[in-house]
Amino acid sequence: MRRLLSLTLSLLALGLSTHAAEPIKIGEYASLTGKEATFGQSSHKGTVLAIEEANAAGGALGRPLQLIVEDNQSKPGESGTIATKLITREKVVALLGEVASSRSIEAAIVAQRYRIPLISPSSTNPKVTEIGNYIFRVCFIDPFQGTALAKFAHGHLKAKRVAIITSVSSAYSVGLAKYFREQFLADGGTVVLEQKYAEGDKDFKAQLTAIKATAPDAIFVPGYYTEAALICKQARDLGLTIPLFGGDGWEAPELLSIGGTAVEGTYYSTHYSPESPSPAVKSFIKRFQARWSGETPDAMAALGYDSALVLVDAIRRAGTTEPAKLRDALAATRNLEGVSGRTTIDAQRNASKAAVIVEVRNGSFRFVQAVEP
Amino acid sequence: MTEFLQQLLNGISLGAIYALIALGYTMVYGVLRFINFAHSDVFMVGAFAGYYLGRHVPAGTIAGGLAVMLGAMVICAILGMTIERLAYRPLRGAPTLNVLITAIGVSLFLEYTGQLIFGATPRTFPQIFPVTTVQIGGLSVSSNQLLVIGVALVLMIGLQLIVFRTRIGTAMRAVSLNPNAARLVGVNNDVVISFTFGLGSALAAAGGILYAMNYPSIDPLMGVMPGLKAFVAAILGGIGNIPGAALGGLLLGTVETFVAGSAFSTYKDAIAFAILIVILLFRPAGLLGRFVAEKV
Repeated sequence: MRRLLSLTLSLLALGLSTHAAEPIKIGEYASLTGKEATFGQSSHKGTVLAIEEANAAGGALGRPLQLIVEDNQSKPGESGTIATKLITREKVVALLGEVASSRSIEAAIVAQRYRIPLISPSSTNPKVTEIGNYIFRVCFIDPFQGTALAKFAHGHLKAKRVAIITSVSSAYSVGLAKYFREQFLADGGTVVLEQKYAEGDKDFKAQLTAIKATAPDAIFVPGYYTEAALICKQARDLGLTIPLFGGDGWEAPELLSIGGTAVEGTYYSTHYSPESPSPAVKSFIKRFQARWSGETPDAMAALGYDSALVLVDAIRRAGTTEPAKLRDALAATRNLEGVSGRTTIDAQRNASKAAVIVEVRNGSFRFVQAVEP
Repeated sequence: MTEFLQQLLNGISLGAIYALIALGYTMVYGVLRFINFAHSDVFMVGAFAGYYLGRHVPAGTIAGGLAVMLGAMVICAILGMTIERLAYRPLRGAPTLNVLITAIGVSLFLEYTGQLIFGATPRTFPQIFPVTTVQIGGLSVSSNQLLVIGVALVLMIGLQLIVFRTRIGTAMRAVSLNPNAARLVGVNNDVVISFTFGLGSALAAAGGILYAMNYPSIDPLMGVMPGLKAFVAAILGGIGNIPGAALGGLLLGTVETFVAGSAFSTYKDAIAFAILIVILLFRPAGLLGRFVAEKV
């Protein structure tokens, strides 16, 4: 009997001690492989760095943070399943991810249903946070990005007639095209033609030939880098020498490796530039390079970092990992100093931040101008 | 007018690639009466073979490019024959449905083995042939487009010569007509079938490389869509009929391009497939196929 009692006691003690050190589980769903793997990888590396730094500083609420990562292979339909698995099986307190708006929306529907906070680092379509009051983001949204690009096309490119080529299977692309068009028309420009394609298409010559016949001043390509690079290449093949420009979906080294010389003289808008003089950015680049063998962090890495930063800050302020309290703490985030600027979560659970316009010149990305909200 | 000609050129160069893949479907069907669904993945392996071989030749030279293409064709011919030996030959004589399901299995096997080995991330295909663009009137003709059309033409003529002018081609036609009778007159069916797979796979490899040169981002699932289109092209032209497959490919590529360049670009696949349905309603055996009543 005494042996049994002591065994029970020691088991109890064991249980207690593991409970005290039990990590706070944070789920991350990301496109680590597949078509938008470059985005997923960058964002993931930023998030990992932020979590490791938080753990080095003692974690949160006296507990270490544990990041549980799942890959959705850049495929539609996977993110919802992954979110369910992370929430019900792994019991994560919050979800981080993704870059692509379509996939963030899939996971956000699940997160909202289970009342688990979700922070998207870089999905810019407004619909993502409209899903519910548990869904947040730490980047600007497409109405702002579209407006900024329309002003840039008008002011910097001096374009009066613009053609648009949109990916119909991407919420991001459709949204960005719409907001661009609204502002561009309001500024007195004309959209001469809007052509469409679907994600995964590789032949755009037909659409581009139709665009060429309308003789526009510039072509707006709101899509992701794989298709954008092929579009630039085929446009140059068809003898179109006018500028092409796009949104933050362009920012990846693949744009250069697939596009080659065809992407020279193209422009895109993004969230941050490693050429920024800010000391926070300089220090971040140094730490990122030390952690990931010399790689220079891009905008997705900066936002991936900031998404984890905002979450850890909210857990500390909430003093608990209870989802409802954590949600309130996230909603109350004000002026949190991050890498991509100060994050203040507004009433629609979005962050308003400046956009940066970048030009592709001599095989690298050069800073052109910043656009304040 | 310029726009029309440009779209026609775009369509023909896309259709030429479909035609090359469609030839593989149609030849195997002609000899074995089943659809080799793994064919589109042999096409993918061809592109990846080109990707790896392309590193070992000087970039942007005609000799290097041709060497890469021949190398990939040989690799895929061996792959095609291996697939036939390991997966299909044990099922010779089994119901067609069994072989068909095996073919789907082989297709999935190649796709996901590809993801394991090559990774799911798209890769940039190197420029193995020299590239220039010439302007003729308002028409932009890229050397890649001409290369695609030229190579496809040469390979199709070569194929026609093999099938109608050589002993092995005669044997292929004999097996296609009646396998048992062919065996009776001394044709080694296994060798003929193996050769058919090798030939079809080599054409798929050439198609894979031409496709990757025009759209230089390759991944292990890249064969799925072109494979489906080529399959449709083969049916459209009359499955089992070699000139039919070429015609079907060109027709499908051209229609798809014209729809994509119009206001209905979103529906390009839907319209292309709708045309297929309409044609099959009126010509169930395809454009050049001959309808053969099944004897019961």
